[in-house]
Amino acid sequence: MMGVPIEHYLVLSAILFVIGAYGVIIRKNLIIVLMSLELMLNSANIAFVAFSRALSDMTGHVFMIMALTVAAVEVAVGLALVVAIYMHKETLDIDVLKMLKG
Amino acid sequence: MESFIFYLFAVVSIASALLVVSHRNPVVSALSLVLTLFSTAVLFILLLAHFIAVIQVLIYAGAIMVLFIFTVMFLNLRDDALSFDAQGMKLKLATLFVILIIVGYFSHLGFKKGVLLLSQNKNPIPENFGTAEAVAEVLFRDYLLPFELTSILIVVAILGVVVIAKRRLN
Repeated sequence: MMGVPIEHYLVLSAILFVIGAYGVIIRKNLIIVLMSLELMLNSANIAFVAFSRALSDMTGHVFMIMALTVAAVEVAVGLALVVAIYMHKETLDIDVLKMLKG
Repeated sequence: MESFIFYLFAVVSIASALLVVSHRNPVVSALSLVLTLFSTAVLFILLLAHFIAVIQVLIYAGAIMVLFIFTVMFLNLRDDALSFDAQGMKLKLATLFVILIIVGYFSHLGFKKGVLLLSQNKNPIPENFGTAEAVAEVLFRDYLLPFELTSILIVVAILGVVVIAKRRLN
């Protein structure tokens, strides 16, 4: 039926998700943390579309569009916050930015 | 042929994803992210999701990445402003590879033991699978309310961004 088994797409999705989560954890640059978040959302999209193909059901594509919208909105708000924080603090080091820490 | 394209672009996307999390220059990270998203779009075409692939290139690789690169250039980060990051990156990458090997091992175990039912799906692929017409049919018939609610989300985000940016000007 398919040239590539669906499981390989899922493994690729898992690998990209792990790389993205690792980037969120280890990087200290706020912009790159946001990029790693995009990587994680994108890996979820791969899983959605792969399942959609495997089950011959278009619903996964709709979910992918919703996830895409959320990703775009998140980037817009996140980058606005990044610019505001940089104007205020002159740094993007998330170890310095702990004003909310109790 | 299909599996060759899949493995080629899977390797490209994983390599550029590693570059995203490991390079110290944010511009290089942003461009690697473009490469990851673009090779993902190729994989979507392999999965017969043509409309989704176009959307991926237009929105992710177009709009979102322009926003990232614009922000990086707008902030004009100097080298010394970035020296806090990317220290001890070799050790961190080594840890990442260990984690990836563990993930690969467990997913291998899971797929060996688990149901491989997904590969034996008997449902026929519809004629217009993945076209804009088919996506719109599902989106506007079955998921009309979530689609409309998405517009509320976007309005809220626009208002939030305007408020954040305005406070900066004062």
